[in-house]
Formats: sequence, structure tokens, C-alpha cells
Amino acid sequence: MSVAPAVRATGPVDGATGSREASSEPAGAVVRLEGAQARIGGRAVWSDVSLAIGAGEFTAILGPNGSGKTTLLRVLLGEVQLAAGGVSVLGGAPGAEKGLVGYLPQRRHFDAGIRIRGVDLVRLGLEGARWGLPLRRSGRERVQRAIERVGASEYASRPIGRLSGGEQQRLLIAQALVSDPRVLILDEPLDSLDLPNQTAVTALLARICKQQGVTVLLVAHDVNPLLPYLDRVVYLGAGRAAAGTPGEVITGEALSRLYGVPIEVLRTANGRLFVAGLPEPPAHHSDRHAGHDHHER
Amino acid sequence: MTIMSASLLPVASLTLDPLSDLMQLTAFPFMVNALEAGTIVAVMAGVVGWFMVLRRESFAGHTMSVMAFPGATGALLIGLPAAVGYFVFCGASALVIGLGGSGAHRHRGEESAVTGAVQAFGLACGFLFLGLYQGVLAGYENLLFGDFLGITRGQVLLLAVVTLLALAFFTIVGRPLLFASVDEQIARASGVPVRALALAFLLALGLAVAATAQITGVLLVFALLVAPPATAQQITSRICASLVLSVVLAVMITWVGLALAYFYDYPVGFYITTVAFAAYVLARVGRAVIDDPTLIARRLGLADASA
Repeated sequence: MSVAPAVRATGPVDGATGSREASSEPAGAVVRLEGAQARIGGRAVWSDVSLAIGAGEFTAILGPNGSGKTTLLRVLLGEVQLAAGGVSVLGGAPGAEKGLVGYLPQRRHFDAGIRIRGVDLVRLGLEGARWGLPLRRSGRERVQRAIERVGASEYASRPIGRLSGGEQQRLLIAQALVSDPRVLILDEPLDSLDLPNQTAVTALLARICKQQGVTVLLVAHDVNPLLPYLDRVVYLGAGRAAAGTPGEVITGEALSRLYGVPIEVLRTANGRLFVAGLPEPPAHHSDRHAGHDHHER
Repeated sequence: MTIMSASLLPVASLTLDPLSDLMQLTAFPFMVNALEAGTIVAVMAGVVGWFMVLRRESFAGHTMSVMAFPGATGALLIGLPAAVGYFVFCGASALVIGLGGSGAHRHRGEESAVTGAVQAFGLACGFLFLGLYQGVLAGYENLLFGDFLGITRGQVLLLAVVTLLALAFFTIVGRPLLFASVDEQIARASGVPVRALALAFLLALGLAVAATAQITGVLLVFALLVAPPATAQQITSRICASLVLSVVLAVMITWVGLALAYFYDYPVGFYITTVAFAAYVLARVGRAVIDDPTLIARRLGLADASA
């Protein structure tokens, strides 16, 4: 494991955020892992991970490429079974209540040639898995409401391939929301967006989380746009995890302990945090660009 | 593949009087059979092709249509009806492409390589069978370019059964198949059996190709499978409207092609592909102009600047 010379941006932990962080253990946990270990292809991706996320909390999963962020999401979706330890989502086994957990995979854009309307894409989130013809016009109100929740009414009837990355992302969030889930799981939802769209989508997710009480869990590569809203952070690396409030986890002390190398967290004048000295695995570029979830460990 | 020589038939001529033209078209049983078979095939191709175009599996469809060639020649070699060879070879190639081209996660590139290999092997087999077949294979170009005029009642019936099966299949799996076609990852996470559907769709496509190839010929299956759905999807992005339009276009293209071939003595396959291609070009250009009204002006402007 080499120490990357590059400075990796994370984000600010300012006084205001710190004051919210009274307790690091939520009362009624919606997502809980205890002593969890995940193995893929015989290799332990991470071990001894324990965390608890409360209802209506906004959580970011951070860590270098290949640290097992997507694997963690797939465990929570019930697609990957734990090798050891326990996991519960909404008090039950992961994947048991598909309608109650909305999911947005890591993605590229839709092909410009795809001539399917945004509104039809959103409707697939409601009834796409059901047998039958895609002709019924059921659930109109719910589809309409989900589209309004993300502010996409203006362009929802245009073909999805003709929309910008930010517009596509909003419609995909609407698709994940259309079944009224209590937990929303997103894999790098900000990754392919430009800065204004990152800010806007983050604010949208925070609104869904805070105003509508949906527990939001997302994998992020750059945590800066998220920091004003974050309740909880899970840092993965070196086969382990550090979970807690941003104030607890994004510190030089906590990250040095996690990675076993000296790490400094620098604070800029405007409250942004920069984590310096974060170890990166050897260059492995296919991880983030191939778009196949099994590449990301 | 062409209308019989004029000496055997009363001279047909297009009068542009719909009733008189229709009466001329349906005056002979072979023409009635051709119209019926063409309509049935068009309905099926319009639906199956719609999903094929949406799933970007035209290459797989093309390969299966090529497989109809070794299928027909192979069946001829061992003395079976050509239709049996069509269905066996198209179905087998669907299985190979579906199973060989997909691992735990489907890679489009891998599938395309498998598809290409299957196509080359199929063509080679076809020529081998043709070489092994000792007698003179009369009108084997009909295998490639279609033979609307030799269609029997039995074939019409077979086509109707295959089409009903295919339509029943899509009535059941339509919605999840659409989900898996548009967004495989989310569909899988929502519990859609993505892999099983992909294989089932390829088999349905193989079935449709095998049936269509008997009418349009091996090389012209594509005219009916690709052009009407691609045209419909250019015209509208509404799922329901686009599916219906795809079927309507396929039927209309078939009728116009058959009628033209009846009145003007050139191969029917040529007419069908030409009408289909023209419809697609029109829709494509129209769509480009509607999406970007300044397109033509800019293109002309560019041409002026470079001149």
C-alpha cells in the first residue's frame, strides 16, 4: 500500500456540525452491522465492521478506491452475504423488503439513442418487476408525486437520453423514491455531475432526508458537497471501517488509527477539510470507470 | 421471388382505384396466402423487433437471421422441411449467444464477439451443406431473398401459431423485459430475473427470425425486424404508441412491398427493404430536425463555408 502524494479532498467539520453530534449511537437503528466481514472471491474485503444508522439520518460512505464501499451497499441490499457477523436493515434481513429500500447504482449516462420518456422510467420503479405488458397507466399520481419531489416535472416527458446528467440523476432518484422507500441507498450519485449539479442534487437528497424522513446512505468520492448535511460518516480502508459522526471520524487521529499511517486533516479558512496522506491502493483505474459493480471491492 | 412471367397471368396493372387494385391483389390464392403470411410476420416482427432495437441486440438478430441459411440448406441435405432447419439453427444460435455471451454480469463486448463467431461459423456451415448437397438446388437464392409466392396454407398456419406464442410471451414478460432493457442494474436490484429474461428474449427472437426468414428470406429479415421499430422509436418516445406504431408500420411496409412486387415485376424483397429504409430515413431526419431546428441551416452554412 503506497502513500499517495496527492491531497484528497474531503470536507469541513465546523462548529455547527460538531454541535449536532451529541451521540454517536442512534436510538432506533434502521441499518445495523455488527462484527461484519465481507469476502469476495475468497478475499476479505473488510472485517469487523460495526455501525448503526438511525432513521432519517444522512450518511456518507467514504474511502479510497477498492476499499469495499460498493460491497457494503450490496450487503445492505442483500446481494452479497456476509462471511461473518450480522446485518439488519429496517429490523429484518437485507433485501427482504425491496419496496422499502430505494437503490441507485453507480452509473454512466443513458445512451442518447434511448427513446424512453423520463416518466416511463420513473414508473418502472413502481411496477417494473411485475409481469405483464408495460401498457397500463396505473400509479399515475404516485409517479407524478415522485417527479415533483425531485423537481423534474418540466422535463419528465422528454426522452431520457436527451436529458443532461443532472436531469437524468434527478429522474433516477424519483424512480428510487416512487415506491415510497424508508431507506435510499445511492452509489456515487454525484460522481458524474458538474459542480452546480452536485450542489443541487446534494441539497435535494438532504431535503428528502430531513423533510421527508427518508434515511439516506450514499457512497461518495468527494465528500465536500455533502458536509453541511452529514449526520454520520463511514470511512472504509485497510480492510476495516471507522464509523461515527463526521467530527469523530474525519480527524487525523481517527484516520491514522484506521489506516495505520500518519494522516493529517487540514482545515481551510472556509471550513473545507483536506485529508492528507490517505493511502491509495496501487493504481487500478478500471475500478471506477468500468461501471460494473463487481469491480469495486 | 419474382412474380411469374406475364404469359401465365393476366396482366396486372396498378389503377390507383383502391377497390380494383385490392381485387386484383386478392384474385389468386397464392397472393392471398402471401398477404396473410406477410401480415402475420409483420405483426410479430414489429413487436419482437421493438424490444430488439431497444436492447441494442440487432447484431444478435442479424446473426440468427444468417443462421437460417445453414438451417435451410442443412434441412434440405438430410431431407427435412426447410422450416425445421430454420427453427433448429436459429434456436441453437440463440442459446449459444445467450449462454456464451453472458457471465455473472453481462459484458456487451463479450456477447458481440460470441455473436460474430457464431455468425461466421453459421455461414461457413451453410456453404458446406450447399456443397455437400449433390443435386441442383433450384432457386436457392429464394433462401436468401425470400419467396412470398410459394407460401402454402400450412405455412400460414405455422406462422400464426408461432406469432401467437411470441405475442403471449411478450404479454407476460413485457414490463420486466422493458425494465431490464432500459436499466439492467436497477432491474436486477428490484428482483427482475435479468439473465433468464435475456436468454428467453434471445430465444423468442430466434423463433421470430426463423419464421420471418421463410417469408422475407435470410438476408431481408432485417428489413422487418429493425426498420419499423427503429422508425417508430424515432417518431414517438411513448412506449405504448411506439409499440403500436412499430406493428402498424411493419404491416404497411409489407403490404406496400407485396403490392408493388405484384404490379411491377421486381423482387419483393427489394420493395420491402426500400420502403422500410425510406421510412426510417424520413423518421430519422425528421427527428433530427425537430430536436434541433437549426440543424439544416447549420449544415448548409457549413457547406457554404467549405465551398
